[in-house]
Amino acid sequence: MVSHYLDFERPIADLEAKIEELSKLSDQAGAGALDSEISALRSRAAILRSESYAKLDTWQKAQVARHPERPHCVDYIAGLIDEFVELRGDRRFGDDQAIVGGLGRFRGEPVLVIGQEKGHDTTTRIKHSFGSVRPEGYRKAVRLMDLAERYNLPVISFVDTAGAYPGIGAEERGQGEAIARSIERCLTLATPMIATITGEGGSGGALAIASANKVMMLEHSIYSVATPEAASSILRFAREDIPKLAEAMKITAQDLIKLKIIDRIIPEPPGGAHSDREGTIETVGDAIEEELRGLIGLSPDAIRQQRAERFYAIGRTGLS
Amino acid sequence: MAERKDPPGGGPQGGAPASRPARERGGWLAKIAPGVRNLVAKRETPENLWVKCPDTGEMIYRPDLEAALWVTPAGRHMRIGPEKRFAYTFDGGAHDVIPSPTAPDDPLHFTMGKPYREALNAARKTTGEKSAVAIGAGLIRGVPAVAMVQDFAFMGGSLGMAEGEGFIAAAKAAVARDCPMVAFTASGGARMQESALALMQLARATLAIQELRKADLPYVVVLTDPTTGGVTASYAMLGDIQLAEPGALIGFTGPRVIEQTIRETLPPGFQRAEYLIEKGMVDNIVPRRELPTVLGSILKTLMMGRARRPAA
Repeated sequence: MVSHYLDFERPIADLEAKIEELSKLSDQAGAGALDSEISALRSRAAILRSESYAKLDTWQKAQVARHPERPHCVDYIAGLIDEFVELRGDRRFGDDQAIVGGLGRFRGEPVLVIGQEKGHDTTTRIKHSFGSVRPEGYRKAVRLMDLAERYNLPVISFVDTAGAYPGIGAEERGQGEAIARSIERCLTLATPMIATITGEGGSGGALAIASANKVMMLEHSIYSVATPEAASSILRFAREDIPKLAEAMKITAQDLIKLKIIDRIIPEPPGGAHSDREGTIETVGDAIEEELRGLIGLSPDAIRQQRAERFYAIGRTGLS
Repeated sequence: MAERKDPPGGGPQGGAPASRPARERGGWLAKIAPGVRNLVAKRETPENLWVKCPDTGEMIYRPDLEAALWVTPAGRHMRIGPEKRFAYTFDGGAHDVIPSPTAPDDPLHFTMGKPYREALNAARKTTGEKSAVAIGAGLIRGVPAVAMVQDFAFMGGSLGMAEGEGFIAAAKAAVARDCPMVAFTASGGARMQESALALMQLARATLAIQELRKADLPYVVVLTDPTTGGVTASYAMLGDIQLAEPGALIGFTGPRVIEQTIRETLPPGFQRAEYLIEKGMVDNIVPRRELPTVLGSILKTLMMGRARRPAA
């Protein structure tokens, strides 16, 4: 059961609280005295949830994309990668746990995985820097992609970051350069790469591991040049204008597939990815498997060419 | 396709130091022949004749500033647009203008705040350019090269679809001419009004650089003030050689955002070219007047090495 409710979920939260209360009463009264009422309320809650998720506006989607109980990179790895072995460090400065990477098998296929991890409680959020990557994280990603290429491993990436870490040390160690090299490494990779934006794809910090052959987004995830909050600061809008700005920026999966910036939308369960984590992880796995199947076996040149054509085509066709 | 452009009339001339006109020799101040000064001055409207030094507040005589390539007596390298940059970079200022491609205006129909279309039109009117990127081809100390110049005066040099296409066109032009590419960067980052379409230009420009790499053609970046945001996560940091103009602000996250986000006081000189070179992030800081010589030498050495590569 979901324990964290977003603002627009207030009616659902109220309903679910009522169900909880009735269940307790029912237990006390014994032998399912209120069963029929409870099950009626349950189905009402389910309908309410799927209805409100069917018509989320952009800003609500941003909230869902950032939902703390949404499956994160480590959950996808645990659910989809057999015998995952984590590989750490950039061999230059340190290890940045905002990016997690390693080797394993995905449904029988040997793969390399990299992904941004935000953490799910205070301890893990600090460990993973809330998913905000420093240069070491991007340099680790480059090192792992080198490895993938050497051993002919497809790369699966999970993108979930508000943006690269904005700090003094990160700048001193070449944050821009580190991201640029990571984008470049994605684009020159001789093996297939599939990127999935699972939550938030913020700015160059996300593109660093999303310059892939196929880019997919979960139904309620977002992807943008900067978070709406950062864009509002750059364009000097008031805080209360952020939801409207988010809309104008066209950051949803539904917007971006029209612009051909992404290739596929992965549907979420009626109440969002967090309402059925296992189900979501399997659906994501199915989508990755399908996309990989179309690329495995292609020559390195064909793989690079597909990727180049994909990105060169963006904006050249289909805009009104 | 290319239109020949002579150096702008009032602007400084290129060429070796010995052959520069008197007006330019020795940069600043007294060495300028009064006759020449008056000649230039006559063409200026009075309100444009003096430029306030951003550092000292001193009023600088505009022809003096132009003779000094828009470097103030205090050493500040003022922001300059493509026309001046081409004039200062190419031998004798002579260059072909390679048209920078256009892209659909306002692809997202962005109307929040000042409508994007209006901002674009205003930028076009003030700069006379179609986008924030201009491309020129000419000789740099005798070495043929293609130069891409970003204009900070055009919406903060921000990177949108047209600018991305401009970068790609510059790289392709260099490959077609079998000559190196030099990128003069100046940008506040990706253009927010084009959102993810602007973000995609980071990857698209990076692809264009691969075409230079494949052709073994040098790609040299000159970081000018300011180069921040998205471009530093792309072509501004992917040069074979990274040069910077003195005092240029260079960084991924701008200083204001860093201060706001992490509430740390920034060290003095943070993200300036001089700070970056200490941290090992650029190859050299080159004053504007020396840039053609340094660029020419680098390109000559690299192209000589390339020509001497034994056949495979």
